[in-house]
Order: sequence, then C-alpha cells, then structure tokens
Amino acid sequence: MTAAGAPAPKTVGHLLAAKDIVIACGPGGVGKTTTAAALAATAVIEQGGRVLVLTVDPARRLADALGLKGIGNDEVRIPDDVFTEAGAHPRGELWAAMLDTKQSWDDLIRTHAPDEETREQILANPLYQNISGRFVQSHDYIAMERLYEIHTEGKYDLIVVDTPPTRNALDFLDAPQRMADFFSSRLLRWLIVPYRSRLVNLASRPFYQVADRILGTQFLADISEFFILFQSMYVGFVERAEAVTRLLSDRRTTFMVVSTLEATPVREAEFFSAELTKRQLNLGAIVLNKVLPEYLRDPKADKLALSMAARGDELAQGLTEDPVVAARVIGEVAESFINFGVVARREAEQQAELKGAPDVLVTVPFFEADIYDMGGLLRLGAQVWG
Amino acid sequence: MSTAPDLLDLRLVFVTGKGGVGKTTVAAGLAQLAAEHGKRVLVCEVDAKGDVTSLFEAPPTDFTPREIAPGVWSMSMDTEASLREYLKLHLRIPVVGRIGPLAKAFDFVATAAPGVREILTVGKLCWEVRESHYDLVVVDAAASGHIIGQLAAPQAINDLVKVGLIRSQTDWMLEILSDPLQTGLVAVCTPEEMPVSETLELAARVREETTVRMSAVVVNRVLPELFGQREEEIFEQLRTPDTERVLSERSGGNVAPVLEAARLAVTLRRTRSTHLQRLRAGLHDDDPVLLLPYLFARSFGARTTRQVAHALGEELGL
Repeated sequence: MTAAGAPAPKTVGHLLAAKDIVIACGPGGVGKTTTAAALAATAVIEQGGRVLVLTVDPARRLADALGLKGIGNDEVRIPDDVFTEAGAHPRGELWAAMLDTKQSWDDLIRTHAPDEETREQILANPLYQNISGRFVQSHDYIAMERLYEIHTEGKYDLIVVDTPPTRNALDFLDAPQRMADFFSSRLLRWLIVPYRSRLVNLASRPFYQVADRILGTQFLADISEFFILFQSMYVGFVERAEAVTRLLSDRRTTFMVVSTLEATPVREAEFFSAELTKRQLNLGAIVLNKVLPEYLRDPKADKLALSMAARGDELAQGLTEDPVVAARVIGEVAESFINFGVVARREAEQQAELKGAPDVLVTVPFFEADIYDMGGLLRLGAQVWG
Repeated sequence: MSTAPDLLDLRLVFVTGKGGVGKTTVAAGLAQLAAEHGKRVLVCEVDAKGDVTSLFEAPPTDFTPREIAPGVWSMSMDTEASLREYLKLHLRIPVVGRIGPLAKAFDFVATAAPGVREILTVGKLCWEVRESHYDLVVVDAAASGHIIGQLAAPQAINDLVKVGLIRSQTDWMLEILSDPLQTGLVAVCTPEEMPVSETLELAARVREETTVRMSAVVVNRVLPELFGQREEEIFEQLRTPDTERVLSERSGGNVAPVLEAARLAVTLRRTRSTHLQRLRAGLHDDDPVLLLPYLFARSFGARTTRQVAHALGEELGL
C-alpha cells in the first residue's frame, strides 16, 4: 500500500529508497534469514550507507563466512574484504548483530529499573530468569524492543530485521501491545495486593484459594514478588511498548514476507499478508524463494518428455557407446522432467492464487548450491533487489 | 539393537522439526501407519493450524477428539480448554460460572509464569497416555526451537514449585516422559543445510536437557537417485551438442529443457546427499534415520498421507 499520489515502487530496490526498516517475516524454513542478509549486503552495494542486519539464527557456515563468529547483541562490522573477495565493491558499511534474548532483557531491566536494589532483585528472581531465558513469547517482544533501541540510536541508514521463528508468525507484531496490556492489567494488582497487605478482598479470595491449591503458596509468592518488582518499571515499560508499536506502523517501516511456493508456507504467507494489510502495516514486498525454472511448465517440453519416456529404446540407437544404458537414461530423464513438471505447475498455481497486495512481488529461482558466502548472498540479493 | 520397529509400540510420540520440513506430514503419516496396524491413534496438533485434518481431508477438530479416519482421532491443543478439564478432573471446581475470571487470571499467570502453558499441553498429552484412551498419541509438536521448553516444562516446574497440586502432578508426567518404552521423540528434517544443523543441535539438547528419548530422525523430501555412475557417463554423452541435436531431431522437439531438468535434479540430489552424510555422521549410531521420498504430487491429502505411511512402514521394516 503506497500513500496516495506516490507511484508504487516496482522493485525492492525502489521500495527501500524510502525506508529505514525492513522486517523480513513469514513461515519457517523458507530462507528468511538468508534473504534478510542478502538484502542487507546488496543494499550496501547498491545504495551505500550504513546497513545493519539484525538476525536471529544464521546458518553457522554463513555466519563463519561473513566473519561473524561469536557475534552477540553488539553490532559488528563485516569487513570490506568479505565483499572484495567476492568481487564486489561496497559503497557503504555492512553491520550485523544477533539477537541474544537473555542479554537484551537484562539490558532492558538495567535501563528501566528505578534503583540498583530493584534491578538486582529482578535479575536474581527465578521467575525472571526463566522468562528471559526460556519463555518463548519473550523472544518476540525483545526482538522488536531491540529494533526500537537500535533505530532510536540513529546510527544506520537501513535496518533489515530477520524475525524470530515463532509458533505464529504474527506473535511479534502483537508482542509490544501484549506487554503493555500485561503491565496495566487489573489482575496484576490482584496478584500483588495480598502480599502488600494481609487483607484479601472478597472478590479475589476464590482466585487465591484456587491458585494456592494449584501452584503452592511459595510459587505464588515468587510470582508476586516478581510482579511487584516489575511494577516499579510500569510507566517506562508501557511507554516503551507503545513506542515500539508506533515504530512498526511508521511509514519508514516496511514488511517483506518471505515464502516458498510449497503448499503450507504459501498459505501462511497469504495469511500473514492479509493480517499486515488489516493492521494497516506496509506490506512492501513478497519474496518467493526456490521457485522452480519456468521451462518445467512448458507444455511442449512436457509432451516431448511423455513421448521420450515411451520411446527410449528407439531414440537411443547409435547415439552413445551404450544404447541399452542410453535408453534407460532417456527414460529416467523424461520421467524426472514429468515429475518436476507436476511440482512446477502446482507451484505456479499457488503463485497465481497468492492474494494480498504487496507493492512488489519477487520470485527467486532455485539456487543449485547452498548459499554460504558473500558471493552467494549477493547473487541472491541481486535477484531480490530487481 | 534394532530400535526403529519400536516406534509403533510407544504410547506417546512427539514429532518435531524446523519449520517447513514437513513435520505435520510425518505426524499424519505415522498416525495413519499405526492405525493401519490396528492401533487406536490420537493425533494432536499443538500449533492449531488445522493442517493435520486437511491431510486426512477431514474438517478441522477442536479440543474434543474426533475420528477423522479409521483408527485415527484428531484434536487440537487448547491450553485454556486443557485448564478447564484439569480443574474439573482434579479440583472438582465448577466449570460454569466462575471459570470466566478464573480463566482470565490463569491466562495471565500462564503468560507470565514460565512453563504453565507448556505444562498444560504436555500434561494433557500425558494424561491421555495414562488413561489409555488410545494405544498411541502422536503429537504434531512445537517446532524444534520450542520443543525443548515444552518437554522440559515438567522438570522446570518441579524445580520451581516446591509444594502444591502441580508438584504432585509433575511427578507422574515425568515418569511417562522419561520412560523410553512409552515416550519418544521423532525429529523431522530435510536434507538441507539448516534443517540438518538444527536437527543435530536438537539431538544434543534432547539428550542434555530433557528426559525424553530420541526415537528416530526422519529425513523428508529425499530426491530420487536418477543415475548410477555408468548412467551418468552416458547422460553426459547425450548432453554433448551434436548428440543432443540428433536426439532432438529424432524426438521431434527440443530436448534441451528435458536434459537440463535432469541435470538440475542430479545437482540437487548431490548437494543434498552431502547434508545427509553430515546428518548421519553427527548422530549417535543408535539413532535410526528414516528416509522419505520427495513426493511429486499435485496436491496433499489423504492419498499422500497414505504414501507417507507406507514409505515409513518400509523404512521401519514393517
């Protein structure tokens, strides 16, 4: 969706000319992380400036190849050599950071805790340690929080974000709002009250009776302590969560849905695109990875393959040193073409049905080899960039 | 020791894997296979997306199991419904009326307190096993990034909660989860870089952080081997320009795309087999690896689910 009057961008390159933040999202296993890294690297070549890719879990081989061994929450610069060795000339700087959930939470507590004592108590609370370390939904929130923090520092011209794999691809969008709701909840007060005074009001008594029976008093006390401590950061947290939400809907932020054309991912991508539109977030691009070559859908070639499959013996005569093997090979080759043709046509149909209205729709061909170095990233990036 | 045939004799099987590798397909195939061997199977979808039922061409199910194919029941996990059931069964708390604010409160605690949601999920599954409503419970579980948290939840709660009803509940759950004769984990991957790496990491973490045993690794979408070495030599001869031209003339059309597609298939198969080797090298010797062929299918439904079941059966020597 583009603002009225502005022409819709035709390529991802055009799209990014007016954006600060690209959030790569979509189903798992479609090459989201690699696509995000490829886009960032290509932006450095094409646009220049300082570009950061905030990633979650890059393939180790790729991280190693980029010299990202052991990177953590702090942003590190990818050496220019990595580009020049791949035969490219960076016009700007490529930076990378990996999301360390635990570290990010600790930093957040340090920022918002009213005093040193509260801070230390929170950091030592067993519930906090569990939430920050293990709790799935806390990844979603912290990823967006970290993005906000980096963006606010204003050190980068473009930030490409690779979203964490979530149960539900939308969780991270809701995470800031949920966090705000969480801290302004009436239930939070319910939980905290009895540990401030011994008086339990009538309304909340049944809740405590049940909670005590299920969880045990000590655990409930731990929870309460945790919430009492957290409440001291209430204002800071809610403001922050709201600011994060605003950033996501800012016109300088765009979303790039990455998918393949396989049945399940494409359905998820479709759902995701619809949700983005519904929330009035900018669906800038849909990138379809691993698209099979078009020639597989050529009806003439398909017909030919069918006839080749039936006529292997006859076609093989005198062609090679071994007509028997050649006949078998021709049969296999034809069969394989027919098989892949079935998949290619199915996927083309999926693409045609793909709803949602991104500004740009990009298809990226099936790469024959894994992408594990800058050269590979730039080849992929060039396809995405357009 | 041949461990693979034990898979169908387990009571609770968690099927996990990186997103997009076909976890649901394998869970459905496994359920179908077990049902074909006369078992009553419950297949439970944890990330309720309705994909399991669509693989049986049945309408979506909710928390109440429904038979979607002969011998196969399906349900979708719903932690709030699980809580209701739990309260009713164990605390005899009237479900109607008071549950409103209570569920809200619990939802709130569950959001904040680690493992509450997880324990309601795992607890319900273990309960189905304990009550023996089914011979086998197959779980289309959380993706490999989250499964550890889920499987480790009873232990984590055990560590955090010292007394109370939950504490007494986690003990029997742990008993079921830790029993290799009852519970197993199946990791699904594809022969590609990230899925293989993630599976190897998962295998290590399952060993270190949970009490659950890894029963098998299923490699999905294995491309067929088109040629042996001799065939490949002949294929290369066919691709020389002169031969290709003659072949085109004889066939009555341009064979270049057909040959090119085969070359692509061979290359893909080769890249993938290096990942398969890496997988085998990284796993323990006693982790069985089951291979499922790439399905060149027009669509995915009951028919492909049966194909997957049969392929699994063959790999398991059934």
